[in-house]
Amino acid sequence: MKSYLQAILAIARKDLAAEIRSRELISAMLVFSLLVVLIFNFALELDRAARENVAAGVLWVTFTFAGTLGLNRTFAAEKDRGSLDGLLLAPVDRTAIYFGKLISTLVFMLLVEAVVLPVFSVLYGISLFNFLLLGVILLGTFGYGGVGTLLACMAAQTRTRDVMLPILLFPVTVPVMLGAVRASMGILLNAEWGEILTWINILVVYDVIFVAVAVMVFDYLIEE
Amino acid sequence: MSTSTPKALQTLNIVSILMFIISLGLVFLYAPREAVMGEAQRIFYYHVPSAWLSFVAFGVTLIAGIGYLRTNDHRWDHLGIASVEVGIVFAIMALLSGMLWARPIWNTWWTWDPRLTTYTILLLIYFAYLMLRQGIEDPDKRARFGSVYGIVGFISVPITYFSIYLWRTIHPAVFGRNESETKMSMEPQMLQTFIFCNIFFMVLFVTLLWHRFRLEAKTAHIEELRMKVSNA
Repeated sequence: MKSYLQAILAIARKDLAAEIRSRELISAMLVFSLLVVLIFNFALELDRAARENVAAGVLWVTFTFAGTLGLNRTFAAEKDRGSLDGLLLAPVDRTAIYFGKLISTLVFMLLVEAVVLPVFSVLYGISLFNFLLLGVILLGTFGYGGVGTLLACMAAQTRTRDVMLPILLFPVTVPVMLGAVRASMGILLNAEWGEILTWINILVVYDVIFVAVAVMVFDYLIEE
Repeated sequence: MSTSTPKALQTLNIVSILMFIISLGLVFLYAPREAVMGEAQRIFYYHVPSAWLSFVAFGVTLIAGIGYLRTNDHRWDHLGIASVEVGIVFAIMALLSGMLWARPIWNTWWTWDPRLTTYTILLLIYFAYLMLRQGIEDPDKRARFGSVYGIVGFISVPITYFSIYLWRTIHPAVFGRNESETKMSMEPQMLQTFIFCNIFFMVLFVTLLWHRFRLEAKTAHIEELRMKVSNA
């Protein structure tokens, strides 16, 4: 058990170290997110009331698009450098690779979100610092990253890989999107607690089911 | 590998065609005109069976996916892809016939009703399934990835339905459905027609699935032969 955890952390640490040295991915995700936030502002012509209503939606579209950008690289980079074979040779359970990759993806996504949130608060004039909202963001990001890591592994091994990921990922993550947007919106608009809780429940259920499924099937995606 | 069509399948071909002709007679001549919806209601005899059989088809893909991952037998994978394609055909039929019905009855082609929305997302999942398979050359990998996506996709459907259902019920629906629209009075002749159409679609489903399965098995066989020739 201990060595399993060590393997997971080693893989995550490797990805983070590579990222700290190059900083390609995080900077690309960040710039892209800020652009999305700006574009939405032009595209939707937001006045004060409209802003409050669409803020949650804009926020999550930004997060998921930036997340797709990050997810595309997690396995594609390994594939390009030929280091995936090295990982597979390591005498660890294959699911350790999944969790390692999931952790590094989550760290990237959360870092980007940590920068986007304050900028978003300023630009849209809405305070987003609310512990409940942060919890929802954590749950939503986890669900999206959990399925995303599984499907990114698949997409990276196809011919049209960068294009493939969103096509595979978006239709199966509809509940995460919907749950996260509705819960965030409920929190921002001070909706009833019961309503917010329903959406949080959906997020939790989705996260549990899909991470379990991912662990069960991940082995089959990296057999050589 | 035998190439001639099995007797049972030949019989199914003929039965499907006969049942189709009979169903047309039943739907348009035998079943009475529905009181509230009028002629538009007749589309329901084809709409309902194609809708639920598309779910059966995608369920078969789920089972075939599990079967393939457990046994590595390519016949499971042939069944999986065959079922997806037949399922997509049935789903498109259901969606289009639903829209044709909705235009006169709900006065719109489309509403963001949970069932409609989920169904469209379901269709997109299986389009993605086909695209995924197209992008992979190695047959083993294609089968494995197809199986995994067939499983993940099908599992997501109930959660998607539930979340969209909640979303629509919390918010007022623009086009409310009242009782008289959803519950129609079923005359005995209507019920008989409906049951017949369901049986017809089940037979049609099995026939199409079988044909598609055989086609897939033959394609795989040719691919194998070609590999052998190019390696020799």
